[in-house]
Amino acid sequence: MHELGPISSSGANARDPALSVDHLSKRFGDRVAVDDVTFTVGRGEVFGFLGPNGAGKTTTVRTLASLITPTSGSATIAGIPLTPENGVEIRRRIAVMPEAPGLYLRLSVVENLECFTDLYGVPDPSERVGQALEAVSLADRARDTCGSLSKGLRQRVALARALLSDPEVLFLDEPTVGLDPVATREVHALIVGLRERGVTIFLTTHRLEEAERLCDRVAILNTSLRSIGRPNELRAQLFSKALTVRTGAPIPEPGRVFAGLGGVTDWNADGPSSYILTVTDPAVAAPAVARALVAMGADLVTIAETQHSLEDVYLELVEEDPEASRR
Amino acid sequence: MTMSRRRIWAIVRKEIREYRRNRSILVAMAILPAIFIIEPLVAVLGLTAAASSTLRHEHVLLYLLGIPTLVPPVLAATAVAGERQQGTLEPVLTTPIRREEFLIGKALAAFVPSVAVAYLVFALFLALVALFAAPGIASGLVQGSDLLAQVLFTPLLVTWSIWVGIAVSTRSSDVRVAQQLGIVASLPAVFVTALIALNVVPPTLGLGAGAAVVLILLDGVGWQITSRLFDRERLIANPG
Repeated sequence: MHELGPISSSGANARDPALSVDHLSKRFGDRVAVDDVTFTVGRGEVFGFLGPNGAGKTTTVRTLASLITPTSGSATIAGIPLTPENGVEIRRRIAVMPEAPGLYLRLSVVENLECFTDLYGVPDPSERVGQALEAVSLADRARDTCGSLSKGLRQRVALARALLSDPEVLFLDEPTVGLDPVATREVHALIVGLRERGVTIFLTTHRLEEAERLCDRVAILNTSLRSIGRPNELRAQLFSKALTVRTGAPIPEPGRVFAGLGGVTDWNADGPSSYILTVTDPAVAAPAVARALVAMGADLVTIAETQHSLEDVYLELVEEDPEASRR
Repeated sequence: MTMSRRRIWAIVRKEIREYRRNRSILVAMAILPAIFIIEPLVAVLGLTAAASSTLRHEHVLLYLLGIPTLVPPVLAATAVAGERQQGTLEPVLTTPIRREEFLIGKALAAFVPSVAVAYLVFALFLALVALFAAPGIASGLVQGSDLLAQVLFTPLLVTWSIWVGIAVSTRSSDVRVAQQLGIVASLPAVFVTALIALNVVPPTLGLGAGAAVVLILLDGVGWQITSRLFDRERLIANPG
């Protein structure tokens, strides 16, 4: 994919956060969709927004896009306070790529994009449409009707449409759903390129490896905000540090070997010859464990710090939430 | 509040392109006027020359005002329900477009083809009568006041029917249902024009002027009601 150049500089204060959300809530009748959510997203940050189905992710995005009015709380989007009067100004500075591409299937790719250049008031629309299509590697399909495109290609057209206005904040809702691995990698490269250009990206995704790979920080939402931070910080908050030890054969009395070793606070068997040790500091505990095992004549196969994925963090947070089990 | 012509025009151009490629809309736009002219055409072409003096006291042409009343809901019904059905409403509404720009764009897009179809069918009817009716029938049928009424009332009726169609469309998630409800909601206007065409209500200059004023007022009220019915949040948050 190719780089997409900016239309113009926004003139916004670079020190202000791109998004600032303060105690935002949204109710639909008796149902609470989003409850007391507070977070900020810095300019140029790729911010992951994770949560199970019905967690309020889309409602949050629609609220920040000024499509629906919050029940309480406040927000600032690209420096503009979220009020009904500011809706047009906010929407001028953002772009949203919804999960469903939402294309006019009887119109060609270029006709779809031309319509949106006019809606955004983009100067030199033909050139911009060409750049957006180049950016998603679709220039050769410009004259095809959208109805004739595969789901993955429609997704790319929707992404091109979101890029037309050179938004300050780009909301991407599941941008790689339906894309093959090559196209997914291209979209990831595009997101990285946009971040390097200073575009703030609010990424809603179910692909946790995608969030881990792309996002500077992630928020986990389940009606209310469950956690927020860098993936590493969340791991550290949720999981104690641990070592995974594998030996060539089962250790006769593992409790006697591991108990009392420097830095080791607990241990569990994780198979016939595999052990998980809870440690205070892996750098201190690992050499001590290695020495103890060698001293007793055990064959040490591997010893490594246990890595928890973002998926572990997500499942830990969502599964412990009683709201999640009711959905 | 300043409205952007470019955004309005973007909606108009997109809509016209979609109409041209939507077979069901094209068929409906052809069938409805055909239904309206076939019956009077057969009746008029079957008249003998002796009937020409009787025709001078009737207003058969006003019957054709049913076309500008019934064609617009077919187009206007797609305005919101069509966008919701194909999932395109949310992307459009996340652009800087204002509600008023969106609705005016939709209304203009339906207005132009509706008025064009109404005038074309009317002209076709007159041409067929002039070519194939018995001598004297055409001159008996075509009266200056009826022609003037056709020219003046067509855009007023189209505008009213468009607001009815869009209003129904904002409350419906299915285009076909919206089209049918829009046509049903426009029937009272057809009924009134039929009463006048059939001389049940004798057409007079005063009646014409009064009807024009009422229609202008109704067009304004239609815009206000449709604008209030267009609730961005409800349309987005309740996709069904």
